Amino acid sequence: MARFLWLIPLALFAGLFVLMFGGLGKPQQAVIRSHMIGKPAPEFALEGAGGRPGLATADLVTGKPVLVNVFASWCLPCAVEAPQLQALKDGGATLLGIAVRDTPQNVAGFLAKHGNPFDRIGLDTNGRLLLGFGASGVPETYVIDGRGIIRYQHIGEVRPEHVQMLLAELEKAK
Amino acid sequence: MRSLAIALLLAVAAPSVAEPPPPPDVPLSDPSAEARARAVMSELRCLTCQNQSIADSGASQAQAMRTEVRTRIAAGEDPEQVRAWFVDRYGDWVSFVPPAREDTALLWAAPLLFLAIGLALVARRFRR
Amino acid sequence: MIPELGHFALWLAAMAALAQAFAPTVGLWRNRDDLADLAVPTALAQGLFTGLAFVALAYAFIISDFSVKLVAANSHSMKPDMYRFTGVWANHEGSLLLWVLVMALAGVAVALAPATLGSRFRARVLSVQGFVSLGFFAFLLFASNPFERLIPAPTEGVGLNPLLQDPGLAFHPPLLYAGYVGLSVAFAFAVAGMLENKVGPQWARATRPWIAGAWALLTLGIALGSYWAYYELGWGGWWFWDPVENAALMPWIAATALLHSIAVVMKRDALRAWTLLLAVAAFSLSMMGTFIVRSGLLTSVHAFAVDPTRGLFLMLLMALYIGGALTIYALAAGRVAEGRQFALVSRETSLVANNLLLSAMLGVILLGTLYPMALEAMGGAQISVGPPYFNRTIVPMLLVAAVLMGIAPWLGWKRSATGHLARRLLPASIATAAAAVVAVLLLDVRGIGAILGFAAAAWLGAASITILVRRGLTFNSAGMALAHLGVAVSILGATASGALQREALVALRVGDSVQMGPWRAELMDVRPVAGPNWTAIEATLYVQRNGRPVGTVTPQSRMFIAPAQETTESGRTGWRMGEVYAVLGKPDGSGRWQVHLWVKPLVRLIWIGGLLMALGGVVALGGRVRALALRRRKLVTFAEPQAA
Repeated sequence: MARFLWLIPLALFAGLFVLMFGGLGKPQQAVIRSHMIGKPAPEFALEGAGGRPGLATADLVTGKPVLVNVFASWCLPCAVEAPQLQALKDGGATLLGIAVRDTPQNVAGFLAKHGNPFDRIGLDTNGRLLLGFGASGVPETYVIDGRGIIRYQHIGEVRPEHVQMLLAELEKAK
Repeated sequence: MRSLAIALLLAVAAPSVAEPPPPPDVPLSDPSAEARARAVMSELRCLTCQNQSIADSGASQAQAMRTEVRTRIAAGEDPEQVRAWFVDRYGDWVSFVPPAREDTALLWAAPLLFLAIGLALVARRFRR
Repeated sequence: MIPELGHFALWLAAMAALAQAFAPTVGLWRNRDDLADLAVPTALAQGLFTGLAFVALAYAFIISDFSVKLVAANSHSMKPDMYRFTGVWANHEGSLLLWVLVMALAGVAVALAPATLGSRFRARVLSVQGFVSLGFFAFLLFASNPFERLIPAPTEGVGLNPLLQDPGLAFHPPLLYAGYVGLSVAFAFAVAGMLENKVGPQWARATRPWIAGAWALLTLGIALGSYWAYYELGWGGWWFWDPVENAALMPWIAATALLHSIAVVMKRDALRAWTLLLAVAAFSLSMMGTFIVRSGLLTSVHAFAVDPTRGLFLMLLMALYIGGALTIYALAAGRVAEGRQFALVSRETSLVANNLLLSAMLGVILLGTLYPMALEAMGGAQISVGPPYFNRTIVPMLLVAAVLMGIAPWLGWKRSATGHLARRLLPASIATAAAAVVAVLLLDVRGIGAILGFAAAAWLGAASITILVRRGLTFNSAGMALAHLGVAVSILGATASGALQREALVALRVGDSVQMGPWRAELMDVRPVAGPNWTAIEATLYVQRNGRPVGTVTPQSRMFIAPAQETTESGRTGWRMGEVYAVLGKPDGSGRWQVHLWVKPLVRLIWIGGLLMALGGVVALGGRVRALALRRRKLVTFAEPQAA
């Protein structure tokens, strides 16, 4: 018993070592996924922008799944993902936009430059709606089913390899 | 994650497309409500920062979260309800207070458990 | 040319460390004194060459030699002179070089200090130190060469993170490293003690000064780091329970426990195995702390110069040293008998209680720091363990410890009488009651935690002062009482600055003022100012208390040029150990500026308490130095008659 006791510190260190070894090389910034998946989208009603009508919760409950893209004119990755959004639209998706901490002029300028795939755009001037979705940043893209339930969250910009996956998620949400 | 890293790089590389600075905080007019709001803020974790509470952060999203906290406190919610609202949307990570559950039992029992183990070892010594 | 010489000196230093590690080991094994005697000269050589390498790198930084990759990546010619120098260790490679420099200097110190345990033991200690240094030299030379060239050389450097362009950087890392590395001496003494089977009162007497010195440096380093974070990070907090802070606190707690338990070995020859474990743990936690800071394993507000790619190398080093030492421990500790017995009421028991509380705190901090990572690794939820957890768990234990710390110094060794306690502790009891009454009635404090904090500070402070004013005070007990007084002072500062704090968040036009109880601050002016490598908007606030002037505070919003980064500089003015602390926010577009103001009574006591603790460690060291000097004088007086 006594001899076994002297081994405890070594064993504890071995445990710590394994834990730290496993944690090595993991990204610094944790990715915090939304916990709203499977729950109804938050209640909101936003003014329109970029020549599109505004966006409200009712617009998400249309009987068919939609994509909600969170973007901003000041966000560079949002410009990067513009062609992919267009590809999603061409693939038959309905895109609804939420412009975060933005002004109508800047949104209009951004869309003129990078294209406007959105049917509706809501202007979230203070960024509070982001919290309602459980979003951790901009850009993000959500799949909402026909009953207004959030089905899927994509964090970061949509890259070419994500287009098919998002279309498949839309299909799943039907 | 890689996309996030690239996004960060891009954001740094092109300072001309900067995020607008967050608007100034507007404290609640009732000092006791403001104090309750502050207490909640100091225990909520900023999503876009490195281990900072939203009370201490200058990030835009932290500002939005502070506004949300103040609005909810002003509407009469108690601090626990406000915290729960955030946990519902972002999970336990967003609260600096770890939940009291099965998977955190060891964490919360630790102080007494460690003292008990230590006492047992010491007692063994005294008996001898 | 100079960088190449520095690189070469680093290689020579590594060779010296190699010789220092192996020559004495072989010498002691084969009983070859000539080899064992190499320990001292090789340690001196290692110190010399490491010093030269460090000077070479510092030179490259000071003349802004951008052909050195490290300088180009971390410095800038427009940076003020002082930060060009301190920038040497504001990056991964440079800080590692600083680490091996301090380690080499510790080796020099051991080589030059009197070998009270004999030259054989000293050779063993130096060889252990050589082994530890060797790994870090290998890490430097193979994975983090600070002298790497950049061809072609850029005309300008990238610059240093503005948060690090501060006098805090000049002192905080070197002090912290000196403390960590000082603990490597205790580690080497422990390993050598186990290998040589020499653990006992003599060994404790020889080891204790190193621990006291390292502990004092570590205390200063942490206190300074806390003060730096307080004024630089700009939100008025002084301890955030951040992983990086915990990483520095854990070795400190282990060293504190060690400092107490080694006294038991020294006086009573008990607790040997436990003390050995603490000595190993203290330096192991230092290495782990450095690893956590450097590898970016845990998310931290303080993580600068993070480089995960090198984590693996550091991990292997840790496995080698910590694993090796604990294996030796597992084999040798059984042989080390626990020593003599003592009664339940005795100084020994109180020190055991101290160690019990400190170990539990250490365990809780370690667990809390790593728990989220462990839970996620096992596929569990993502959680955050933050200040609320640590405050709720550590603070109660600290308060219990404070109560014990008031009583323990009055207990005798082996078996203590208790009759004198009531009389001795009378002043402390009166102070405690007075503090509680003042807090509740005069200061209107209502929180139970804050009242207990004031009471504990009064209790421990009065009990410690009672010791200090007694006659026949020895260096040891003076040092102990000073350090305990320091703890009391820090508790008072922490409690008062929290419980009595006033805070205001306001938007002010020039000429507007804000009232906080008796305090009043008026915004006098907002104007642009320029520094050596930054421009700023500076607000001037005139602060009064009950109509009497206190001073002006000038918070700034700074824009650094290289790298382009915005920081807020707090404005502060002192008032009786307290501070008025201001942060300038954004303009609201209608001519008003957002100003965040705090009045923090007695906040400076937090760090003054830290200084007192460190001073206590130094005073305790003084006893040892005096004892050595006395012994030498005695030897001389014995020797003289014979010579005559």
